[in-house]
Amino acid sequence: MATEKVKVLGFWPSPFVMRARIALNMKSVEYEFQEENVMVSKSDLLLKSNPVYKKIPVLIHADRPVCESLIIVQYVDEVWASGPAILPSDPYDRATARFWATYIDDKWFPRLFAILLSEGEEAKKAAEESGEGLVLLEEAFTKCSKGQKFFGGERISYLDIALGCFLAWTRVIEKMGNVSLIDETKTPNLFKWAHHFCADDAVKDVMPDTDKLYHFSKFLVSKVKGSAAQK
Amino acid sequence: MAEELKLFRTWSSPYSLRVVHALKIKGLEYETILEDLQNKSAAVLEYNPTYKKVPVLVHNGKPICESLLILEYIDETWKQRPLLPQDPYQKAMARFWAKFGDDKVLPSIWTVFISQGKEQEEAIAPAAGNLKFLEEQLKGKKFFGGETIGYLDLAFGWMANLISILEEIVDLKLVDPEIFPLLSTWMNTFSDDPVIKECWPPRDKMVEKFKAMREPYLQRTA
Repeated sequence: MATEKVKVLGFWPSPFVMRARIALNMKSVEYEFQEENVMVSKSDLLLKSNPVYKKIPVLIHADRPVCESLIIVQYVDEVWASGPAILPSDPYDRATARFWATYIDDKWFPRLFAILLSEGEEAKKAAEESGEGLVLLEEAFTKCSKGQKFFGGERISYLDIALGCFLAWTRVIEKMGNVSLIDETKTPNLFKWAHHFCADDAVKDVMPDTDKLYHFSKFLVSKVKGSAAQK
Repeated sequence: MAEELKLFRTWSSPYSLRVVHALKIKGLEYETILEDLQNKSAAVLEYNPTYKKVPVLVHNGKPICESLLILEYIDETWKQRPLLPQDPYQKAMARFWAKFGDDKVLPSIWTVFISQGKEQEEAIAPAAGNLKFLEEQLKGKKFFGGETIGYLDLAFGWMANLISILEEIVDLKLVDPEIFPLLSTWMNTFSDDPVIKECWPPRDKMVEKFKAMREPYLQRTA
């Protein structure tokens, strides 16, 4: 099973796509990356592989699609079980990692992007809430890392991937929104962790270039705010 | 070491019921602490400071929150009578559909339940579209989990319990057996299973509760 062909449908700015790629890199799995510029169009393969959401990332393994980034990461961990573990082995640590990953997706990430995509008071509130979320994640980091470099300890793990995929975007949003998110004083451990994560071998080649992402984000904002203005 | 297992829950919450059923299937003994959501205990606020919600499972003093995550924890800790499939692809599919259920199916059914008139009419198609995906998943299967009740059946258990109650209150067919024969059959088969039946909350109390939950929405448009 582990030797069958692997393909990832994705788009370079997407943090969710990054998660799938980091997981495959950690396991040294070779895969074909099919770039889908979803701002312009979606391929037939994407629409066929993810009929429910029509979104990226999609992992296609042995011609079977797996959708939703965190589900893909767990799938990769379970199929290529002989590689370095992505999820912790202890059930309680696994539950903790999954809990914070779900929190990031359900609560934190929408507030992060609201800083960029909303205006005035709403954007200000989003910045405050993102900051508060990061303080919670700082506490979670202290508990999970037990004094080591990553949420997973000495090596990156599920929760590092779940949060770390947003680091290029947080830098861009800090610049565009004129806010400080991962702050040396408020979140000192996450500040250090961010540097370690971005330098990791499984991460550095798939982390988008900040300048390129900055230009993309300007385009994204104009598209979203432009269409909102037309309503 | 003696296992200490506590479940903080409400009497009616579908999310809590998932955990009750899972613990029953695994044959686990535990203490139930019923919570009043208007007056949450200090314990819940301590065990779930992020969301301050139930259910919370506490195992040997350590809390686990979020019902679907609790199910995975239970399955990984107690290996008898597996809830999730062993095969990674089947497991990924179960997780995908469970998430779809919570993110899309439940909210779309809820929208039909709390809206009226034109708004309600417009809410029916999206809900039906979501149910169609579930109907597909049941082809050739007795349960979502195959021959026996599994994780995905527990994830969708709220449908078997709540749909007929919501239908009675709004006088509308939400899961029409003619359009969704497999889903309708599944709802009955699931409800009739002895393990599930034993833990169903009393129907008349549920009708009363959900009628009361609908009230504020009816008054908004009045």
